[in-house]
Amino acid sequence: MPGYTTIAFKPDRCNGCGECMTACALAKTGSPSAARSRIQITLGAAQGEFELAICRQCGDPRCVDNCPAGALSKHAATGVIDWDGGMCIDCLLCTVGCTYGGIMLDPQAHRVAKCDMCDGNPACVAACAPGALKYLTTARIYNEVGDLEDLFVPGLGGCQGCNTELLMRHSLRRIGPNTVVAAPPGCVPGMGAVGYNGLTGTKVPVFHPLLTNTASMLSGIKRQYKRRGREITALALAGDGGASDVGFQSLSGAAERGEEMLFLVIDNEGYMNTGMQRSSCTPYGAWTTTTPVGRESMGKTQDAKNLPLLMVAHRCAYVATASTAFMEDFYAKLDKALQSSKRGFAYLHVYSPCTTGWRFPAQKNIEVARKAVETNFVTLWEFTPETGLRLTHPVDNPLPLAEYLHVLGKYRHLAPEQVEHIERHVVENVALIKRQATVAAPPS
Amino acid sequence: MPDRKHETHYLIAGASHAALAALHAIRLVDGDRPLTVIAKDDSLPYSPTVLPYVVSGRSDPDTVLLRDDKYFADHNVCYLRGRHVTSLNTAEHAATLSDGIRVRFEKLLLATGARPAVPPIPGLAESPYHALRTLEDARRLRERLPTTCHAVVIGGGLIGMHAAENVRKGGARVTVIEMQAHVLPAYFDADAAARIERAFATAGVEIRTGARVERIIPGAPDSTLELTDGTRVTADLLLVGTGVVPVTDYLDGSGIATDHGILVDDTMRTNDPSVWAAGDVARARDFFGSAPVLNGILPDAVEQGRIAGMAMAGDHAVRPYRGAVPLNTFGFFGNHALAVGSNLAPPGADVMLRADPAGDRYLKIVLHQDRLHGIFGINVPFDAGVMWELIVRRVELGPLRARFLEQPQETARTLMSRLWR
Repeated sequence: MPGYTTIAFKPDRCNGCGECMTACALAKTGSPSAARSRIQITLGAAQGEFELAICRQCGDPRCVDNCPAGALSKHAATGVIDWDGGMCIDCLLCTVGCTYGGIMLDPQAHRVAKCDMCDGNPACVAACAPGALKYLTTARIYNEVGDLEDLFVPGLGGCQGCNTELLMRHSLRRIGPNTVVAAPPGCVPGMGAVGYNGLTGTKVPVFHPLLTNTASMLSGIKRQYKRRGREITALALAGDGGASDVGFQSLSGAAERGEEMLFLVIDNEGYMNTGMQRSSCTPYGAWTTTTPVGRESMGKTQDAKNLPLLMVAHRCAYVATASTAFMEDFYAKLDKALQSSKRGFAYLHVYSPCTTGWRFPAQKNIEVARKAVETNFVTLWEFTPETGLRLTHPVDNPLPLAEYLHVLGKYRHLAPEQVEHIERHVVENVALIKRQATVAAPPS
Repeated sequence: MPDRKHETHYLIAGASHAALAALHAIRLVDGDRPLTVIAKDDSLPYSPTVLPYVVSGRSDPDTVLLRDDKYFADHNVCYLRGRHVTSLNTAEHAATLSDGIRVRFEKLLLATGARPAVPPIPGLAESPYHALRTLEDARRLRERLPTTCHAVVIGGGLIGMHAAENVRKGGARVTVIEMQAHVLPAYFDADAAARIERAFATAGVEIRTGARVERIIPGAPDSTLELTDGTRVTADLLLVGTGVVPVTDYLDGSGIATDHGILVDDTMRTNDPSVWAAGDVARARDFFGSAPVLNGILPDAVEQGRIAGMAMAGDHAVRPYRGAVPLNTFGFFGNHALAVGSNLAPPGADVMLRADPAGDRYLKIVLHQDRLHGIFGINVPFDAGVMWELIVRRVELGPLRARFLEQPQETARTLMSRLWR
């Protein structure tokens, strides 16, 4: 079953201007009468709040089940619920099946009307100046990637709720089979990527370097293939510990030499597969087994090293940060990183919350990843030496940091002054990134 | 074609909305185990609701079919048409079909629907009359229309009124005879019904309420109806639309508990743990009252069918039936009437009525304990599905109460939109 596009509504951005309704009515009926719009914005319970009635293009649509005339059907390819006016007998039983107000009587036409997504270019979204309506096309990525071969074996043994597996499988599908993977000690080999008992966990060549020499070994492998005239993608799937601590020397060296490889760091802010020890990417205040919480210690006492910014200082061909909660952004960066790795060092740093080590419920991983971005705890940006640093998902009105910290058990003990320290650090960090963006980016 | 014995895991007796909803729910979680559907008509599935439009010619009988053969093939379903269950042996998990085939099953859904109720009017049985429950009924009625001069419809319920309008559009004179004081008594009060009656009268349909047929003198081409008030009506086409009764005769001796319908629990299961029932044949929990009810409406058949299918397939997401709410939509001569919830205001209820006496707009809202109890409109649009949900979820109106009474459609959308977030 394919994934579908959708029209999303952010109520906090809606100002009730009604332009979406006018645009819809014009597009669908030729008249600007809001009453005839297929999207309806209603006054919320409180002043200044707004609510939405629109067809959700349900996966298991009750309106279709309720139609006695076969006039409604869900289109398998687009996911849109199509209405056939020639078959419809105007009985309105479809409206009984809908609890969203998504299929409604057009008061002028005296027939039901519903959103048809404007063939992939919704007029309401284009008319929404405050950005409350958004046309989400993320599903297309999943459809495209779903058609590519999964190059990991089935049944990797990650922790419940871990999205590193999602990240690995998606990345390697996109990067393709002409790849050699280096997976230094960490969660990636820990869940079986390098294999067991003489069998690999991938369908491409994979090896297991030491924490210290990943980038060096991969440099040599890439050069050897090149010497023999074969073009491959040299891909490292490393953790933040290996990359930022003991493996940093070889990483820095390879970046400085401009070795042609794609170095993908999955940052879960510590050595999570060996028992949750702190790394230099572990944030201030976080509980780990080596920064315990008790009478003497209240979590980590130093701020995290900003590894991706260090890579910017290496003037790599491409550096970017990404998050599994923003897959469109991630895919765009993965494509650029892949291209850049053909002519130099490409570095991709993906924030990946750890359900086990950060202590939060397994079903909340994507939510945690999203909140990290929406509170500005992590920032999403990309860098090339030619264009400088550019924020790809600027968050101008961040959520309160507490919304992020409160979900995570590793911050449960924080004293108010520790929270203040983290807040201060977040503000500083965003300012630092923004300064870089301002200085480095060409005037637009 | 199966041989004299047929084995299946799921057996569904019936092929309309409840049956199709159950089939769909089962196949969502269980694509493999054998599933057999028994369709009484020698036809692909269709809805009784569409039949008046087949009569008028608006719907083509060949395109109103709800599924095609490919659907059944794709979903690994054995669709046996033109036969019905004649007896059931629950101890042996076996049903015998009208063509003698014995079907062994693990789980059975009875979605055998209803058939027209024939009132005990002397002379009716001897008179040529029509009913409107099957596609064949609709085809026959349609063939008769061009030569019909005066049709009489006995019964002013939904079937009768739909049929009356469509026969009238075919050009014949039409008289509707309703025993109760007004038409559509199951859904609308006298005030609302009067407006509906007026629209029919304007279109040339004679409505005689509070009238009962004493006896019928059969004749050709005209039958004569004698009413209790002594008047006589002649008709060359007689249509009986006095409601329906559940089809349960094949359950005699099966041990399945029936009482004017098959009695079911909140997962649509009968007293036999391997047998479920849904749709017009099932008597399930009433939302407003304590005694189980037949709620013979299409959306409830879908709801019940889906619950039964999920329960049969062991789908852990199944939620218990929330109780039957009377509701319907009724389009007539370009007007739209909607009824959701109970027309009977309980003690302490607030009734808001907004109607222009001469015009065709009418709105009645019944609130009870700060919750919606029922809403009824003619040519006043609101989302029936949203209102249904507000009732069964017992959503408190709170500070939005005044706004709800003023603008029910918009305010109901606001309430639901908040709940979905």
